[in-house]
Amino acid sequence: MREVSIIGIGITKFGELWDKSLRQLGLETGLAAISDAGIKSKDIDALYIGNMAAGSTLQQEHVSALMADYCGLTNHNVPATRVEAASASGGLAIRQAYMAIAGGFIDIAVVGGAEKMTDVSDSESSYTVSMGSDEQWESKAGATFASLHAMMTQSHIEQYGTTREEMSAVSVKNHYHASMNPIAQFPFTVSAEAVSNSGLVSSPLRMLDCAPNSDGAAAVILCATEKAKKYSKKSIKIIGSGQASDTLSLHHRQHLNQMPAIRVAAKRAFKSCGKKVSDLDLIEVHDNFTISEIIALEEIGIFRRGKAAAKILEGETKLGGKIPTNTSGGLKARGHAPGATGIAQVVEVVQQLRGEAGDRQVKDAKIGMVENHGGTAATAVIHILESE
Amino acid sequence: MSVPRFWRELDTRYNLIGSYCKITKTYHYPRRSFNPKAGRESIGSMKDYQFKGIGKIVNSTVVYQAQTGYEMFGPYCMAIVKLDEGPMMTTQIVDCDPNKVKPGMKVKSVFRKLGEDSESGILHYGTKFILSEDIEVEEDNENLPDIEV
Repeated sequence: MREVSIIGIGITKFGELWDKSLRQLGLETGLAAISDAGIKSKDIDALYIGNMAAGSTLQQEHVSALMADYCGLTNHNVPATRVEAASASGGLAIRQAYMAIAGGFIDIAVVGGAEKMTDVSDSESSYTVSMGSDEQWESKAGATFASLHAMMTQSHIEQYGTTREEMSAVSVKNHYHASMNPIAQFPFTVSAEAVSNSGLVSSPLRMLDCAPNSDGAAAVILCATEKAKKYSKKSIKIIGSGQASDTLSLHHRQHLNQMPAIRVAAKRAFKSCGKKVSDLDLIEVHDNFTISEIIALEEIGIFRRGKAAAKILEGETKLGGKIPTNTSGGLKARGHAPGATGIAQVVEVVQQLRGEAGDRQVKDAKIGMVENHGGTAATAVIHILESE
Repeated sequence: MSVPRFWRELDTRYNLIGSYCKITKTYHYPRRSFNPKAGRESIGSMKDYQFKGIGKIVNSTVVYQAQTGYEMFGPYCMAIVKLDEGPMMTTQIVDCDPNKVKPGMKVKSVFRKLGEDSESGILHYGTKFILSEDIEVEEDNENLPDIEV
């Protein structure tokens, strides 16, 4: 198996980008990544696109060909593939490119993720997001995506005594990080009181526990490490990769307050590079709801089960803390554009490992992890990155 | 939801028909022709089973931002219910104060309207649950099945 490096990154602003189309976002971010890597379009062997919902939000499928066309890659007939795994589409697209390069089939791949969630009404975009759970036996029965996470939260509260204050600390911390991230949708701080008093969405989850449905795009250029030096002096190695699946419905799981797919994907990723939790300098996790960040940190093994929430409140996951988590602002405050999210998370860790994260730079960051999941974690994908 | 897609699952939705696996002696809802725990051996060993329709609340939430098609109910209670026979399902708990629903409470299935595609579209019916202590309370008329269809 060959080693794989990230030699270029690009990202757009996340938010309500009404003046920009999916193809514009894709082009913008793809070009940024290509320029960053210093490659030419003829160097590109393949294009992978992470996109969850263009079919339901834009009535446009075949997004792979659309992106190849509008990014000028059809001149070279570059093979383009769309990857869909709900909100894990982006992370999974990276993994497909990683495997193709590691396996020796190709040398250079562009991996882009793009999503337009605000071209439709809030209720339509919320329904679209809930398609990541079981549409027939959860969504159609009346369960919103938030309500499923609300029951996970309730179960966590009952078993571990997780408090409102601890949950709010996740959102407060992520907004604080986003206040230093120029591409964040919500680049401002919020108080714990504001989170705890925001409107109820699905009890006990409140508005500021929930990530928005955003527009946005992100891209990375993956290259066989043996060839990376030819293009980039600041390449970052993907040293570990892991993926796992679980039941699509939350009600088919043994424990409502666990996400086993994350645990297994993390184990596989650690095993693939011989690293352990204590080697990590920072981590980006999939905080679509505050509970998801809490459970993800427990599943990965950063904190013991039932202990993560208290550690977050103590500041251990804040910039300057023991393990800075979601320095980008996370899904909550950077924004959550499903197909782009997993790639935006990787872009953040690459910026950190390059030492280019500005005010939110984690000191001496060498190794970082990215956790991205889809639905109620029926798909989880994890990558571990290291500076060279 | 398209008519055939809904029609295909009618008995599962209306009458709580699921499956019993003769190999592992376990119950499954919704119906499955294959038991993931038993593997290939279970094909041909899954028997239709009508659930008794009683169970307990595992966990619940009060939904304030309603799911599409459920706006008229809001705020409403969604719960994960563990049926007496073992499997769990996600369902709405009706005819009660949604804030009063707690884990461990006994529930019983009722036949209700799930929604409609549009004013002239088809109506969807299915199973919801009520607290079994609350069986005698007055019915929510808006929620009663429309007999004409």
